[in-house]
Amino acid sequence: MIARLVALVLACATAFLPVAVQAQSGPLRIEITEGVIEPLPYAVPDFVAETQAAEQFAAEISRVVAADLTGTGLFREIPRDAHIARVSSFGAPVQFADWKAINAQALITGAVSADASGRVVVKFRVWDVFAGQELGQGMQFASDASGFRRLAHKVADQVYSRLTGETPYFDSRVVFVSETGPKDARQKRLAIMDYDGANVQYLTDDSSLVLAPRFSPNGGRVLYTSYETGFPRIHVLTVGDVASQILQVGEGVMSFAPRFSPDGRMVVYSLTQGSNTDIFAMDLASGATRRLTSAPSIETAPSFSPDGQQIVFESDRSGTQQLYVMPATGGEAQRISFGDGRYGTPVWSPRGDRIAFTKQNAGRFHIGVMRTDGSEERLLTASFLDEGPTWAPNGRVIMFSRETQGAQGSSALYSVDISGRNLKRVRTPAGASDPSWGPLQ
Amino acid sequence: MKHLTKAILIGAALATAACTNPSRFGGDDASRGAGGPGTYAPGSVDDPKSPAYFSARVGDRVLFAVDQSSLSPEARVVLDGQAKWLMDNPDYLAIIEGHADEQGTREYNLALGARRANAVMEYLVAKGIPQSRLKFVSYGKERPLEICSEEACYAKNRRAVTVISVSSLTG
Repeated sequence: MIARLVALVLACATAFLPVAVQAQSGPLRIEITEGVIEPLPYAVPDFVAETQAAEQFAAEISRVVAADLTGTGLFREIPRDAHIARVSSFGAPVQFADWKAINAQALITGAVSADASGRVVVKFRVWDVFAGQELGQGMQFASDASGFRRLAHKVADQVYSRLTGETPYFDSRVVFVSETGPKDARQKRLAIMDYDGANVQYLTDDSSLVLAPRFSPNGGRVLYTSYETGFPRIHVLTVGDVASQILQVGEGVMSFAPRFSPDGRMVVYSLTQGSNTDIFAMDLASGATRRLTSAPSIETAPSFSPDGQQIVFESDRSGTQQLYVMPATGGEAQRISFGDGRYGTPVWSPRGDRIAFTKQNAGRFHIGVMRTDGSEERLLTASFLDEGPTWAPNGRVIMFSRETQGAQGSSALYSVDISGRNLKRVRTPAGASDPSWGPLQ
Repeated sequence: MKHLTKAILIGAALATAACTNPSRFGGDDASRGAGGPGTYAPGSVDDPKSPAYFSARVGDRVLFAVDQSSLSPEARVVLDGQAKWLMDNPDYLAIIEGHADEQGTREYNLALGARRANAVMEYLVAKGIPQSRLKFVSYGKERPLEICSEEACYAKNRRAVTVISVSSLTG
């Protein structure tokens, strides 16, 4: 049976790791590579409501699990009306033959209970249908009723991990700028949401222009640029109590483009003094600042490598915007972008091996990725105006802003796999820009 | 933002009043203003000492080429007029707002707008306006005037606007 399963998986994955075949504990494995084009079929019957109070959550939790998995483009849900077997009890034996008959390679079963205090518990199991085995161990998660979608994301994260061998990203949040109004009277507010666009909460009102929020590594704080004083200044906001304050980064006309270091102790940012914009770093504990670049050109959009040792940034010192890498303490920078056009907004991948960027060429904008030495450049998108990539916590997906053309143009968030596949819009209640993807919670 | 808003509000109020209802400045002023050729309502667009006059007659803005912050000969003529007006009206302060068109990334355009605004400020300082009366800020591509996605609009959005202010400069 395992042999058959491997054959099936091989049919959909051009690169199947031998390691995965040998690992008998997890025979059902989809390898995320360029070659995966046929999504792995799976079934998620509605989770069983084990208490009456759980009925309002059970079906919805299984739907969120399915939306997460199918949304990756790696998995294909077999519609519930095609199911033969009915799962009425979490403990009942799985009717593997019925699931095989509809070619469900993976099966996710679950049950939800809720008590009078509002505590919701979800438990689940993942099954390798053709092996007739459970994949990994059953688990359960609990939260209060308001957190039931997070429970679903946690289940989906487990399933994703077990089936891909990758770290997951569904139980994560995105901070972004919510936009309303026409281009010449646009109102902007900071907002935070689940990665899939649910549970939007606003962090600021629209009285001041706000730009480019950036999550701290643990998701507890947000750096952003606000015109509250009339001039662009970096602010730092605590997500828990939505309290914000100006970061005192030193004398300059404007401070902007802030980003945390991977340990959350430093902030790199741009400071404009006279006509010149350079990159500085600030130690948050001591408030000490340090100049990292000193060129008459524009140096901005700094982003740390995940080991904290290097910074990628953009500079027009060559005459046009290009990407450079320098030591985190400053010093000599190496140019890494050499293709046609202009490169900006570089962001180091959480895996450390790639840099995402915005490219502007021949009147079009692209989101792209390259190796940290600039090799293997690959453009993932093309439109009138794409910009501002941010990485999913596992480095497999990129979210960015897309602004449409013309007087009626508006901005929305999109996500795309680093393979360039699965481009899709992220639903937000209004226009949206400048996403920053937070950590797995 | 407070002083900027105030400056804009005052400018708008003056401009509106001048256009629609000069008597809102007060009966005496209005009757005096209507007294004969060469006279005007104080604060109106015809009052050479008014911010409204500065905006409309002197010219409050200069435009830039794509990705450039150098001042064209036409821009210099406008700025010579701005410098003269600021010399003649020493009680006023000014904030120069730099802008970019939408063809560019957000952070870069912020820095580019700062270059443009600073170019204007340095020119005015070179013409004798004390640095202490001037400040600049960049809005990057955040505050377009024209919203079509064509060069005709972009050209008007690549600008630096000198906003006359009556309150003290802070921030």
